[in-house]
Amino acid sequence: MQKILVGIKRVVDYNVRVRVKPDGSGVVTDGVKMSVNPFDEIALEEALRIRERGEPVEIVAVSIGPDDAQQQLRTALAMGADRAILIKTDQMIEPLAAAKLMLEIIKKENPELVIVGKQAIDDDSAQTGPMIAALWGRPQATFCSKLDLKGNTAVILREVDAGLETIEIDLPAVISADLRLNEPRYVKLPDIMKAKKKPLDVIEIASLGIDTTPGLKTLLTEPPKPRAKGVMVKDVAELVDALKKRGLVS
Amino acid sequence: MSKVLVIGEHDGHKLSQATARCVSCATQIPGAEITVAVFAADPTAVAAQAATLTGVTHVLTISGAHHAHPMGAVLAPHVVSLAKGYTHVFGASTTFGKDLMPRVAALLNVPQISDAMSVEGAYTFKRPIYAGNAIVTLEAPADKILVATVRTASFEPAASTGSATITAAAVSVEMPTHTRFVSVQAASSDRPDLASAAKVVSGGRALGSKENFELIFKIAEKLGGAVGASRAAVDAGYAPNELQVGQTGKIIAPQLYMAVGISGAIQHLTGIKDAKTIVAINKDGEAPIFEVADFGLVGDLFEILPQLEAALSQSGAK
Ligand SMILES: Cc1cc2nc3c(=O)[nH]c(=O)nc-3n(C[C@H](O)[C@H](O)[C@H](O)COP(=O)(O)OP(=O)(O)OC[C@H]3O[C@@H](n4cnc5c(N)ncnc54)[C@H](O)[C@@H]3O)c2cc1C
Ligand SMILES: Nc1ncnc2c1ncn2[C@@H]1O[C@H](COP(=O)(O)O)[C@@H](O)[C@H]1O
Repeated sequence: MQKILVGIKRVVDYNVRVRVKPDGSGVVTDGVKMSVNPFDEIALEEALRIRERGEPVEIVAVSIGPDDAQQQLRTALAMGADRAILIKTDQMIEPLAAAKLMLEIIKKENPELVIVGKQAIDDDSAQTGPMIAALWGRPQATFCSKLDLKGNTAVILREVDAGLETIEIDLPAVISADLRLNEPRYVKLPDIMKAKKKPLDVIEIASLGIDTTPGLKTLLTEPPKPRAKGVMVKDVAELVDALKKRGLVS
Repeated sequence: MSKVLVIGEHDGHKLSQATARCVSCATQIPGAEITVAVFAADPTAVAAQAATLTGVTHVLTISGAHHAHPMGAVLAPHVVSLAKGYTHVFGASTTFGKDLMPRVAALLNVPQISDAMSVEGAYTFKRPIYAGNAIVTLEAPADKILVATVRTASFEPAASTGSATITAAAVSVEMPTHTRFVSVQAASSDRPDLASAAKVVSGGRALGSKENFELIFKIAEKLGGAVGASRAAVDAGYAPNELQVGQTGKIIAPQLYMAVGISGAIQHLTGIKDAKTIVAINKDGEAPIFEVADFGLVGDLFEILPQLEAALSQSGAK
């Protein structure tokens, strides 16, 4: 194996309680902490571990987003990616467009593996991985929780609703990382210093010649309906009574 | 007129309740004509069940040994070849649907609406983003096939009063061989299924061990319910992964949800917001789970659960 591409999306940090703008035009992102999508850290960690097991791979982190997404790519470089590519845009990019843009990079770089997160925690779409695989005409292993490389194939354990599924796929392929694939490493200060010297290419989105106009129109963004206020009960007897009244316990 | 193709989900014998919920979503599209596609080694039994779903007029069966263990990468080209002539292609927002539908959408070169939670018009749907902290209303182009996954917790399963026609469909697509099923390690099926159970009892990190997690199983058994878990409990190995509830686990809408020793992180809450009644048991009165609970009980779960079990035994809970 020679090359692994990893998707790194800049998203609102998972600890932030996101608020909807009063005029319904979107969510507040100004001044909010931004981070690497947690599943993308897992994706990158897996690539790093493949290299550490002795595969001489080059690991390329790719992000599509605003100029500030360079911060997240620097984090990826500090974790251990060899180089990074930013496809620069201030537009909102739908998963289908993201997949098409990724495909352009794939055509240039010819990786054997593309690892993305199973979902981005901002749009929660869970689409980009399978879309890249579809456009590339290659296999996909979504919700991966274990990855074993065997020459030109990979054996994958997938977290599915029924339990755990094992599949075998030919490479090149797209993998989407689930939570339990690994636990990402912490970045150390010397690594941050080293990361500053690693190459980070910025590509203007227009230079790739892909139509990225959103296909879906967002008419409104609103807060979820609040739940009715509940009550505190003092003990088990009171709880069981309350459940009986609702017909939940006979 | 809208013609909706719903991709049936099943285990080879039984149609999944997720498909009945998907159909229910499709029936809310005004004047929709609904077809369910069943891909299987032998689709007979599953197709018969799909044909009874209220609102379904046609069932298409596609049989073949290679459909015994459906996988998105193998199935997608087949679905695409069926999709012509339909205005909508729907799948449930399960791991099966999430694996398949985006691949279908990309092959059709159309955007996908993930986790549709309400129908506002034939091409207008609401869906949650940011772990349910915001709801967007999306409009898809009416001149293209609309591919969507349906958030099953938002729709009641369709009833079974129907009698649709069942037709074998001929699909001639080259079989992708790059993706091969090896095995599946399924959860034990002797308890109610988490995704469709009316009552769910979930345990969190506070349970402390796999052995202690048995306390949760006991209460669930007394209630005739399913067992769930927080991510922390799954990561710690107290419960298997398929029991995880939340943003990245299962999104459920039971009549009763009982959260025991779960703090109520936003990623967990998004999985239970549609539960009719939420009960929280936590020793920390400030835990965020109490903000969504209908009934909250502050205390040590190791004292409360045995009492609860005794009380439920007395009342003959089931
Ligand atoms: C990208 C991402 C996705 C995630 N997806 C999910 C998901 O799908 N589902 C999910 O659940 N989480 C998810 N999480 C994790 C989530 O943020 C929380 O970390 C997790 O839900 C915490 O689990 P917990 O409540 O069991 O543990 P804790 O937060 O540790 O809470 C334990 C609770 O138990 C209480 N307690 C302790 N001892 C006792 C006792 N003896 N009696 C009674 N109460 C007691 C404590 O007061 C505390 O409130 C995700 C996180 C990320 C970053
Ligand atoms: N703008 C982007 N930049 C980099 N990677 C992305 C981008 N959008 C999506 N991805 C990758 O695709 C995964 C799934 O995203 P989504 O389909 O939006 O839920 C993410 O975890 C990323 O790895």
